[in-house]
Amino acid sequence: MLTFIGLGLYDEKDISLKGLEAIRDADVVYAEFYTSRLMGSSVEKMDALYGKKVNVLVREDVEQHPKENVLRDARDKKVVFLTGGDAMVATTHVDLRLRAKQMGIETRIINGPSIQSAVCGLTGLQSYRFGKAATIAFPYKGNISETPYDTVKMNKKNGLHTLLFLDIDREKGFMTINEGIDLLLAVEARRRENVVTGTICVGVARAGSPDPCIRAGKIEALKSFDFGRPLHIMVVPADLHFLEEEALQAFAGL
Amino acid sequence: MATRGKKMVERVKDLMDKPLQIRNIGICAHIDHGKTTLSDNLLAGSGMISMDLAGKQLFMDFDEEEQARGITINAANVSMVHEVGGEEYLINLIDTPGHVDFGGDVTRAMRAVDGAVVVVDAVEGTMPQTETVLRQALRENVKPILFINKVDRLINELKIDKKEMPVRLGKVIDHVNKLVRNMSPHHYETQGWKLDAAKGNVCFGSALYKWAVSVPSMKNTGISFNEVYDYCKANDMKSLSEKSPLHAVLLDAVVHHLPTPLQAQPFRIPVIWRGDKESKVGKDLISCNPNGEIVFMVTKILTDPHAGEVAVGRLFSGTITRGQELYISGTAAQDRVQSVAISMGAERMEVEKITAGNIAALTGLRNAIVGSTGSTVRDLTPFEAIKHVSEPVMTVAVEAKNMKDLPKLVEALRQVAKEDPTVKVDINEETGEHLISGMGELHLEVVTKSRITRDRGIEVITSPPIVVYRETIGTTAGPVEGKSPNKHNRFYIVIEPMPQPIFDAIKNGDFSMNMQEIDRRNLLISLGMDKEAAKGVTHVYGTNMLVDMTKGIQYLKETMELIIEGMEEALKNGPLAREPAQGILIKLVDVKLHEDAVHRGPAQVIPAFRSAVQGGVLMAQPTLLEPVQKVFISVPQAHMGAAVREIQGRRGTIIDMKQEGDLSVIEGSAPVAELFGFASDIRGATEGRAMWNTEFLGFFPLPMNLQNQIVIEIRKRKGLKAELPRPSDFLE
Ligand SMILES: Nc1nc2c(ncn2[C@@H]2O[C@H](COP(=O)(O)OP(=O)(O)O)[C@@H](O)[C@H]2O)c(=O)[nH]1
Ligand SMILES: [Mg+2]
Repeated sequence: MLTFIGLGLYDEKDISLKGLEAIRDADVVYAEFYTSRLMGSSVEKMDALYGKKVNVLVREDVEQHPKENVLRDARDKKVVFLTGGDAMVATTHVDLRLRAKQMGIETRIINGPSIQSAVCGLTGLQSYRFGKAATIAFPYKGNISETPYDTVKMNKKNGLHTLLFLDIDREKGFMTINEGIDLLLAVEARRRENVVTGTICVGVARAGSPDPCIRAGKIEALKSFDFGRPLHIMVVPADLHFLEEEALQAFAGL
Repeated sequence: MATRGKKMVERVKDLMDKPLQIRNIGICAHIDHGKTTLSDNLLAGSGMISMDLAGKQLFMDFDEEEQARGITINAANVSMVHEVGGEEYLINLIDTPGHVDFGGDVTRAMRAVDGAVVVVDAVEGTMPQTETVLRQALRENVKPILFINKVDRLINELKIDKKEMPVRLGKVIDHVNKLVRNMSPHHYETQGWKLDAAKGNVCFGSALYKWAVSVPSMKNTGISFNEVYDYCKANDMKSLSEKSPLHAVLLDAVVHHLPTPLQAQPFRIPVIWRGDKESKVGKDLISCNPNGEIVFMVTKILTDPHAGEVAVGRLFSGTITRGQELYISGTAAQDRVQSVAISMGAERMEVEKITAGNIAALTGLRNAIVGSTGSTVRDLTPFEAIKHVSEPVMTVAVEAKNMKDLPKLVEALRQVAKEDPTVKVDINEETGEHLISGMGELHLEVVTKSRITRDRGIEVITSPPIVVYRETIGTTAGPVEGKSPNKHNRFYIVIEPMPQPIFDAIKNGDFSMNMQEIDRRNLLISLGMDKEAAKGVTHVYGTNMLVDMTKGIQYLKETMELIIEGMEEALKNGPLAREPAQGILIKLVDVKLHEDAVHRGPAQVIPAFRSAVQGGVLMAQPTLLEPVQKVFISVPQAHMGAAVREIQGRRGTIIDMKQEGDLSVIEGSAPVAELFGFASDIRGATEGRAMWNTEFLGFFPLPMNLQNQIVIEIRKRKGLKAELPRPSDFLE
């Protein structure tokens, strides 16, 4: 039995009661924090809360050798697999679930709060108005991916908001909203299609924590705004609905 | 010397910006035909060294190692002034090595010059390396003239009579003409490149005794074959050299028959530079424009104890002054020229500026390596990757004798690799050893003994040499599926052996990714590639090629760099035995990518594509190729049988056997792996009577019964699993 459990946004206390019970009932507890991180928590705090040892896996373990850990144990034991946020959104664990299914392992999901819905709530942007999301990745050997820029462009054309995840890298760390903006503007400078210049952006830092920071403004102004500690995420909205505008004025300093 | 030197400086400076009075030349010769003796002589004759020392000083062989071996290794540059008809000319002479182990140096030297003096020993006639070096010259559109050397031996040693002399010499000319006609028919037929004594582009003489004659000189001096014969017979070389001095006769021919930079660049640039000839810089290059963009090609890097690294090369366009910033091809860097110098004799002499058409020596180009192009134009199409006739076939591991020398050794290896691009330096990740690969036993010995131990005082321990193999395939395989670790990205490739004509075109430099796209496509189509494939050519790595056959796949463009990285990783160390792969054509037929950039980043795409190529190669009859050398032996008939057995006993083949007088000339081939110790074995077998040399022939498949055994031996040596790899080692 393999249970995917979403841990939610910020610390070990964001988990659902159902999720917590599943962990306490499990034989083996695995977790991965390479797709997202609970910034307000630590493995020690989790161990203490669950009363169990959490085994943290790195990307290679999950992607290349799951038969040596999660899948091996799930054949005859109750295994839980923990991830930040919701268990499947914005991560790629569906492959793991498919492999489990192929091996005849039963699976289930216990959902947790997702950053996608959290952003809607914190900013007042309406969830049904979001288009495709994208991640702004750290440049590799100086090459900047144009995909986020193209995604914003396409969504804007269709009157849709774009949620932009910011890269988490083992070496380069957590990308900030400021770095994300710099990369978007770098693509704009090259392409000159007037997609992001002068546009309104909304940055969200530390969603789910006691001191989140939500700020809306012209992209050029947010470029140097200090959002504080990670994690960061941002939205490039399309034209605003009047209620959205009001919410941003009230809650995000627009 | 001081005053003469001083005066010379002024004369050289005056000539530098008069391209009509400049000749850039090289000397092509088989080993021992007299190139070094000739170079010294020319320098002495034009007052650059004392006449008495010529022939003894071995001026061009400024490397002790070369002097000791009596062969010339470094392509050094010397310049001299020569006067004809009341006008002075600046002659830049680039020395070219005669030993094929140093083929890379020869080609590089040829790039910098416009004309070549082909030296042939009157007694031996043209030899294999005459042919090799001449071919390199013609391929670069370098115009030849001929100097038949050692004519004194014809008379005094072979004792041929007066009437026979012109006949023997005529035969040598005919032979060289045959080579020129075959290699360069257009120039031979219509451009006056045919060698013809009557025209004056052939000279006859003796480099050792410092005299020469040509048909035009005979008219001026009254010294013709008749007089030559008599003086030689009387052993009065001194009179001959006074009445008809070598340097005057030969340099006259150089000035009259070899092109000026202004004449040469219009027909040389199109073969050595693939950029757009209609662009501004293209026009500057063709016209050798001193006021144009700067284009400087580095043909040699010397390490000078005082000045540091000196980049020597040809300035094809523009004017270089100190402080000039130049973009260096292949790097993002811009280097500042710290000093500008030309050669006077073999010494560098700083000047304020150098104009197009000259050979320049620059310091400050930190990022340049041999073959780099330095230019004021950013992203200039570089000069064609220099074509190497040979490629590394042998490797030795070196270790510093004293641990404390390790940092010095690392630095020395870095410099050696920079100075000589035929040397490859690697680190064995498993053992931490430094590996040096080169073109043969002699080449590696020079690198370790002279460049490292003698020049830099680092004592090293050297492993016995190891043969370098290549991996390739024998058939087609695929589509092969490569999956990314997260399984969200899939690459489908078909792997095919590279068709021979395209392989050859890449190898000899006729095809290159630097060509204009349309030229590139047309060339491939003319070589038999279908149109769709020719359109999709995306990357060339060694002689391997990536062709994108897909259409309209979203995000593929920004993923391509990673695909290429995966391809290079797979082919740099092939899947069979981690030897470099060659001749593999990879067609990308389908791709499935994740929507989001982070899920198709480097950590996903590179291993996915790499494993597809590795698995694919193993499914396509993986083949190990070994380097094979041509071996030429001349030996008295009595020892012919023994010499033939020496080749045959080494998995060798006899290609040709000829009788020349009482000598047998054997041409054969044998694998490099079997040639270790050949020198002493053949000496023993023929009582030391055999003369021999080798030339790189190419890479050839190992006999079937040996392949598996050798693959496993290599794998063991490299610490890999000692069994034959299977596709499933790489694919799921
Ligand atoms: N008799 C005779 N010997 C020559 C002549 N030119 C060169 N040599 C000798 O041939 C040998 C090889 O000459 P060298 O200049 O080192 O040839 P390289 O290998 O082409 O540089 C030396 O022993 C020279 O002294 C010549 O014109 N006549
Ligand atoms: Mg020599």
